[in-house]
Amino acid sequence: MSSKINKLPGIKLKEKEMYSLIGLVEDMPQAKYDFAAGTTISKFLEGLKEGKILGRKCPKCGRIFVPPRSYCEWCHVATNEWIEVPQTGEIHTAVITYISTKREKIERPEVVGTIKLDVPGYRDGEYEFAGLFHKICVDPQDVISGKAIGMKVKVRWKPKEERKGNILDIECFEPL
Amino acid sequence: MRSNIFMKDRVAIVGAGITTFMRRALETPRELAWEAAKMALDSAGLTLSDIDCVVIGSAPDTFDGMHLKGEYLGDGSGAINKPMTRVYVGGGTGVFVPESAYWHVASGVCKKVLVVAEEKMSPAHPHPQYVFKYIWDPIIERPLGPNLLWIFAMEMRRYMAKCGAKKEDIALVSVKNKRNALDHPAALTAANITVDDVLKSETLVWPVNLLDVSPVTDGAAALIMTSENVAREITDSPVWVDGIGFTLENQHWYNRELAFPRYLNYAARMAYKMAGIERPWKEIDVAEPYDPFDYKELHHIEGLMLARPCEAWKLVREGYFDRNGELPTSPSGGLLGVGNPIAAAGLMKVAELFWQLRYEAGKRQVKKPVHKAVANAWGDLMQAGTVIVLSN
Amino acid sequence: MGVLMSRVAIVGVGWYGFKPTTIDVSFQDMMFESSARAYANAKIDPRYDVDAFVDCQEDMWEGIAISDEFAPEPIGGALRPTFTVAGDGLEGIAHAYMLIKTGHFNVVSVESHGKPSEIKTLQDIYRFALDPLHVRPLDYVNPLFYAGLDAVAYMKRTGAKREHLAMVAVKNKNNGLSNERASFSTRIDLDYVLSSSYSIYPMTNYEIAPFSDASITFVLANEDYAKKLTENPVWIEGIGYSTETGTGATEWHEWGKMKSFRSAALMAYKMANLNGNPQVDFAEIEDRFSFMELLALEETMLVKEGEAHKMLEKGDLNRDGFLPVNPSGGSLSMGVQLEATGLSRLLEAYLQLTGKAGNHQLKNVRRGLVASWRGVPTYTSMVALLSV
Repeated sequence: MSSKINKLPGIKLKEKEMYSLIGLVEDMPQAKYDFAAGTTISKFLEGLKEGKILGRKCPKCGRIFVPPRSYCEWCHVATNEWIEVPQTGEIHTAVITYISTKREKIERPEVVGTIKLDVPGYRDGEYEFAGLFHKICVDPQDVISGKAIGMKVKVRWKPKEERKGNILDIECFEPL
Repeated sequence: MRSNIFMKDRVAIVGAGITTFMRRALETPRELAWEAAKMALDSAGLTLSDIDCVVIGSAPDTFDGMHLKGEYLGDGSGAINKPMTRVYVGGGTGVFVPESAYWHVASGVCKKVLVVAEEKMSPAHPHPQYVFKYIWDPIIERPLGPNLLWIFAMEMRRYMAKCGAKKEDIALVSVKNKRNALDHPAALTAANITVDDVLKSETLVWPVNLLDVSPVTDGAAALIMTSENVAREITDSPVWVDGIGFTLENQHWYNRELAFPRYLNYAARMAYKMAGIERPWKEIDVAEPYDPFDYKELHHIEGLMLARPCEAWKLVREGYFDRNGELPTSPSGGLLGVGNPIAAAGLMKVAELFWQLRYEAGKRQVKKPVHKAVANAWGDLMQAGTVIVLSN
Repeated sequence: MGVLMSRVAIVGVGWYGFKPTTIDVSFQDMMFESSARAYANAKIDPRYDVDAFVDCQEDMWEGIAISDEFAPEPIGGALRPTFTVAGDGLEGIAHAYMLIKTGHFNVVSVESHGKPSEIKTLQDIYRFALDPLHVRPLDYVNPLFYAGLDAVAYMKRTGAKREHLAMVAVKNKNNGLSNERASFSTRIDLDYVLSSSYSIYPMTNYEIAPFSDASITFVLANEDYAKKLTENPVWIEGIGYSTETGTGATEWHEWGKMKSFRSAALMAYKMANLNGNPQVDFAEIEDRFSFMELLALEETMLVKEGEAHKMLEKGDLNRDGFLPVNPSGGSLSMGVQLEATGLSRLLEAYLQLTGKAGNHQLKNVRRGLVASWRGVPTYTSMVALLSV
């Protein structure tokens, strides 16, 4: 290509140029949705309100799913049993975020990561496991040094009266 | 899937086109699509009336600010009174569009297909990152206020922990790709930088710094794909599609080991099986692994079985993946160097292999002789693996 | 027999929903239910027997950017070759058809769903599909006005009267009374429709299809597998899809016509080695706006141009007529399920051809046509020709 074509199509703009273009249309979608959580996730959220983590078991392969699913994605059959799982586990991975969803700088960096919960019953080795994605209340330095990876943690709940039946009823995972 | 199938007609790539990759383009998305499509048509010596089917690829509708984006891009992509379809596997779409075009042709339904991938991320305001808020599970994940970078950082951290790689090892990929991109006329973020520059750039989500990440980009790319008979009439040097592979992992990314990309490995095995490749680390001459982040290229080199798990970062230190190395990866400059208009970036990688296999890449041409090449793209919540194997 | 000669058949189907709201299930639950029923119907295990999975959906209908993330698990496609098509379910069927025809895939499943009841601002989502530079700033109240423009132009061109449009609604709403999926069927007569006020001129509320939630899954297979899996395969003789123009380039649209139906039909008929009228026993035809049924009948060349309203008047399109059209009640009775609409019509045709349509079963049907459109503001249509 480069031997035959010297100039590619495309006209670059600077930020200021873009916002001063004639005919620039500003528009914002009014997109609002009510998502039905379905019976399984609804029950999981109720469990959180009561300070429990609920999983769901596949009758065919025996995997326990946290967060629960109404069907097993590996067997494609409906799951049929509720199991309360331990509130402890280990940090699979953790990172420190300095920016918000909108990519603005945030004042106090937060640690977030994924937790592998202490749930037995997996046959397929280590690749898949029951676990959650959440905030982690550890020292950011431990994330950088690597001490945090594999660290044992447990759930820190919000005070009972503040729990609303959503994922934020868990404040974070904290070192055991 | 049956692999040892007798095929009457192979599928070829006979033309490619690309726009400049830009932070902000003056062109509308439809115009960008048209510019890339026109260049691809010209390069194959065809006109729009020769084309019988159109396949479009584009990632989230919300970037361009359009609902039903495929329909919107229709006329710009040349789909006037033609069968047009838009396939979609998140970030993996770029490599998936030519895969889909493959079965348009291999099935005998179409003879000459125009493949277009377009992305215009700049209209999203205040920052395209905000669009990624809507990729999360609305009930379990969105309340935590996640940023897309989080999930990459988590994967990178896990890779570092499991494989013993350090940030400075991984930064070498960014250095290599941005350097390679200096020779690419479409490049947005080509530069001669050092590992130190990467480490000292703004920390976004530790361990990810600004220069570990590919930029927000506007741009489009296009290919012309045809059946063997048609290809023979158009050109003396068609590039063949030997294998395609695609896989979607489960959506629960936090219920999985993140250090190894199983989603890609399964897709790669499918594509290699179809292409009759048994030892990809020996048989592949040049690769374009998907590199929206520098560690992701290493991750994908391992998933494509071009290096053993946890070994790619060591090889990168030895210059193994340089343009004059043993197995050049991202000779184009990749997403880190050329830019990342999501679907168009994936197709840019396939276009690069097309040029490499025809020895038309000019200054970017890799030193060694090339016969077989592989490109991949990734998408969704560490889920989509799309792989295409090409030969000359 | 060469691979390219091998035919493609529908070997199983499953559906869930067809209700105005489905508050008790998530969209994933709906997908799981419909796909599990389809696999049971085809007597296969998706984790072993399906070579590729196609899912049809659009981000802003789902309310999720990159919504294909959620596609694999509920349809059994996790860690398998799965992809999404941002288009109507019938486009997904076309992809499955092509995949099978390459010879690399024996069994392919296609799922599509729509859950419009969860979208609080449906009208605004429609608005967001309009060109941002030329059309959106004009601030139309209702984007469905496009259909009104086409309806008026169609009536002027063919001489169809407003009464004919109302007759389509009367026929389809009554046809739906014997269909368990027709949530919006009702017993009405012509006077009732004609005395209602216009919603979008020249159509009243009865002539514009409402929305319903559903998920539908099809299982397709090549000839060898089809004969192994089922005793009554339904063959896809031809499938076509076409786009007349982009949503931002309405200047290319020929008002009062729908050229994409004609192009899609020609593509399907060519695949089936037919010239012109394919001589079908019945048709499931686009009717989300009443006039569309008449227009699509003409554009797919099932009837001569300008004849559809005359045939309707004579009763030829009734369930006991010469060419039964929408014996299911169509979208006017079953509702529009966003990207699943095409599959809902394919479902009805499949049930007719396998003799499982229940109370609205037609007698002695061997070949049927399905024609569907992606709706306002698109100019994309799909046509499928099926036979037993």
